[in-house]
Amino acid sequence: MTTMQHEFTADRQVERKRAWSNWATGMLFLLPSLLLFGVFLFYPMVRTVYLSLFLTDSQGVPIVFVGWENFLNLFQSTSFQISAKATALFVLYTVPAGIVLATALAILANQKLRGIGLFRTMFSATMGMSVAASSVIWMFLFNPSIGLFNRILAALNISGVQWLLDPQYALLSVSIATIWMNTGFAFLILLGGLQNIDQSLYESARIAGVSESCKLRKITLPMLSPTLFFVTTVSLINAFQTFGQIDLLTKGGPMESTNVIVYSIYKDAFINYNVGSASAQAVLLFVTVLVVTVLQFKIGERKVHYQ
Amino acid sequence: MRKVELKGITKSYDGKQDVLKAIDVTVEPGEFFVLVGPSGCGKSTMLRMIAGLESITSGELALDGKRANALTPSERDLSMVFQNYALYPHLSVEQNITFGLHVKKVSKREQKERCKEVCGMLGLTDYMKRKPRELSGGQRQRVALARAVVTQAPLCLMDEPLSNLDAKLRAKMRSEIRQLQRKLGLTMIYVTHDQTEAMTMADRMMILSDGDVQQIGRPLDVYNNPANTFVASFIGSPPMNLIDAEMKDSVLVADGHWMTPVTAAMKQKIGSGRVTLGVRPEHISLAKDSEPGFLVQVANVEVLGTETLVTFDFGEATQWIAKWPGQSSVQPGEQIRICVDDRHLALFSAEKGERIVCEAAPVKKVSL
Ligand SMILES: Nc1ncnc2c1ncn2[C@@H]1O[C@H](COP(=O)(O)OP(=O)(O)O)[C@@H](O)[C@H]1O
Ligand SMILES: [Mg+2]
Repeated sequence: MTTMQHEFTADRQVERKRAWSNWATGMLFLLPSLLLFGVFLFYPMVRTVYLSLFLTDSQGVPIVFVGWENFLNLFQSTSFQISAKATALFVLYTVPAGIVLATALAILANQKLRGIGLFRTMFSATMGMSVAASSVIWMFLFNPSIGLFNRILAALNISGVQWLLDPQYALLSVSIATIWMNTGFAFLILLGGLQNIDQSLYESARIAGVSESCKLRKITLPMLSPTLFFVTTVSLINAFQTFGQIDLLTKGGPMESTNVIVYSIYKDAFINYNVGSASAQAVLLFVTVLVVTVLQFKIGERKVHYQ
Repeated sequence: MRKVELKGITKSYDGKQDVLKAIDVTVEPGEFFVLVGPSGCGKSTMLRMIAGLESITSGELALDGKRANALTPSERDLSMVFQNYALYPHLSVEQNITFGLHVKKVSKREQKERCKEVCGMLGLTDYMKRKPRELSGGQRQRVALARAVVTQAPLCLMDEPLSNLDAKLRAKMRSEIRQLQRKLGLTMIYVTHDQTEAMTMADRMMILSDGDVQQIGRPLDVYNNPANTFVASFIGSPPMNLIDAEMKDSVLVADGHWMTPVTAAMKQKIGSGRVTLGVRPEHISLAKDSEPGFLVQVANVEVLGTETLVTFDFGEATQWIAKWPGQSSVQPGEQIRICVDDRHLALFSAEKGERIVCEAAPVKKVSL
């Protein structure tokens, strides 16, 4: 009896030892990414929240603890309100239109035709282009005197538009360029989703004699919904964080009409040296993205049909 | 009910190699026609051409006597059950079954009624609101079946519908499908790689190999009179035992020392060449004392309850299987004396493997 008990405790000790060594090995594997995340993500995040509660000097060193004051100032500032509105509009312009466009292109490119590979490459090409290169292209297209758009308008006898300089059009123009830049990624993911749909579903529908539009509504879109959901989530987050093309095309102008929050953060932090306010905006942006994403999961996922 | 005629149907996917070569066959109205053959022989291709899912490279397809080559799948008025069932994962069983009925101008009310009736017939009434992923394999199979039946199309095509089910359920569904087909008077074209399904379900069957028709006929005719060695070894479980034999004087010699005398008529048919000799397992028995037999060594014994399969070494490199009724007490390693029922000997030409038909049976008991 005692020997059995003795053996039992010995077993337990061996088990515990093994569990501990397993845990240590696992941690060792996690260490590089934990370190990277810690240095480049977790620490800056915590630091941002901390800074948002302080008044800082021009080097970003916190001087006075001011509590919620940075936030209160923001809510009262018209500049911030314009910024928030521009961001919301930008998301509204780019995300739905971009996804509809990418879905339409993906459905087109999913046909079995000779040379369809060429179109697939073309439609996904923007994924391989840097924001800088794309912005330069669009800068030329939008150019009031030599740009393609105004030439087309001129050919139609319509007077030209100051695409990037007119506060009425600037945000729309940047949105159009952004849609174009983001289409490649969404297209590629959606095409992959389409190709994953079991062909026999369509064959069965063909035997039933169902129309093409009915196939689209009853088979393609529901079967594609998990992919659409993923693409929507990523696009939303991306849209909230757009910076490059705004900096290159409009620099937040004219009259702050394209001064989306990320750009406003950049300006406050690195041009006006108002790190406290920039941090507060960053915190607000983070919370907004978080809330939108959570809402999307709560509402959107109900409409998704996982297999 | 619907008559399906294939006249010289050929299919090539790449324009070079023919996957199906000049298929000629007529499926009679109300017939249960089984297309059987090993994997990759072109069964699915043929079925999909009949359905209109695959274009016909050359030849003519006629439905009820009318050319149908250019008709779309829906114009052919048929239903199809796919191997993976092709159920819509996002629709309920009921929606799956009635999917596409609106195209045929069936009113909402009638759709409901038909669905109810079919579900009752197939025992799905309790599952109508469920999604396919909440069903077992057998239930999904039934939904696929229900979807074919509910269209009331006179021709039903099935592509290996039972291959995803376990053996027990498969046997049950075999009989259910057959009863359903009879009850509804459907013309059925059924694809399978399983010779048991073909034997048990078919009115007539077609054996396909590498895109070539090997034989068309009723199951028992095919079993008793296989047209060639391929059919002989494909149909029947265990398959027909085969061995090369040579004509010497007036006896057939297999593997150097097993001998069987043949009649004059047979001898004439065979000539002096080599042949392949075939015997079904059930025609090999333990020799009684008075009978001429020959000694073999038992390699393996499988007792199945109602019958026993005895594998024995026959000649240098061949193993044959004998099937005896009852539970035999033969042990592996034992030497036994066996005797072959000569009335059931089958002969095939050695080169092409085609059957050599001999009307008169040999006179004497074989003493191989
Ligand atoms: N879509 C296709 N394109 C090219 N070859 C195909 C296609 N479908 C089938 N095949 C070829 O045709 C032959 C017959 O295939 P299939 O009809 O599916 O065989 P089975 O159903 O009898 O297993 C195979 O050799 C296969 O490789
Ligand atoms: Mg197949």
